[in-house]
Amino acid sequence: MIIRILGEGQFRLDDSLLDRVNKIDNQIVNHVSQGNKVEYAKDLANLISTVKELAEPLDPVEIMPSDIIIPPSDMSFEEARKVFCGEGLIKG
Amino acid sequence: MGFLDRMSTVVQAKMNKIMDKIEDPRETLDLSYEKQLQLLQNVKRGVAEVTTSKKRLELQKAKLQMSLDKLDGQAKEALQAGREDLARRALESKAALQAQSATLDQQIADLNDQQQKLIAAESRLATKVESFRTKKETIKAQYSAADAQVKITESVTGISEEMADVGMAVQRAEEKTENMKARSAALDELLEAGTLTDYSGSDDLDRELAKAKASSSVNDMLAKMKEEMKK
Repeated sequence: MIIRILGEGQFRLDDSLLDRVNKIDNQIVNHVSQGNKVEYAKDLANLISTVKELAEPLDPVEIMPSDIIIPPSDMSFEEARKVFCGEGLIKG
Repeated sequence: MGFLDRMSTVVQAKMNKIMDKIEDPRETLDLSYEKQLQLLQNVKRGVAEVTTSKKRLELQKAKLQMSLDKLDGQAKEALQAGREDLARRALESKAALQAQSATLDQQIADLNDQQQKLIAAESRLATKVESFRTKKETIKAQYSAADAQVKITESVTGISEEMADVGMAVQRAEEKTENMKARSAALDELLEAGTLTDYSGSDDLDRELAKAKASSSVNDMLAKMKEEMKK
């Protein structure tokens, strides 16, 4: 499975580890919907460090689409909320 | 729908913009390549902008540090002249400037982070663009029309995702430097207009301190004379 962390490139992650990623993803959904900024920031950092720890960086020579896209590490709570509202990360 | 699925939607929307208006598959390859080269130029510009902003903040930080050192010296001189009230004023100003200085440090660290990330993104993109260039020639030369279509879609989709990512990173970096530019211009204005120079340059403090020093040396001289006359 190919994962992209926005701003940091692509990684190759073993499919069996997808559950761990999904679990944090669900937690982030909860934090954003409940307005829990502190936990959101914690779990976003956790998500990114987990992927970096478990996955291998993809050789930049390879050109392929990703299966999963992870937001940039500096994505603010307000930006995350906009993503949920369908407004997108960046206008335009 | 998960958070990451939504992120994919955001990136997909960006990719569609990058890939749109292309119909002839072979033209697709060349057009995409042209856009990649343009984006590479954009990233380079982005890196240069972030670097300039960082330098500007570092200069500001150096100026603030000079003011801090000066205030420190003034506080010491005031104490030596027995004017604790003046020393207190200098140290109060110093504390206010220290807060500004800490904010600047944080901003410089943020920009440094942006700079490193953009430099890495530029290098990844450059590698991918070169790889794409080779691939596009192979596809053109070796594949039948039907196979070529599949290969073209694969590589154009892959590279478009990279382009969407890098494009967003540049945009985020630009927004950040814009924000910091505004704040740093405000700080410059404060320093120029004297709101902070009142703290730091502190003509007022200087004058009072000079007076205090003069009066303490007058006291010394008086004491000396009195001593001498007693003899």
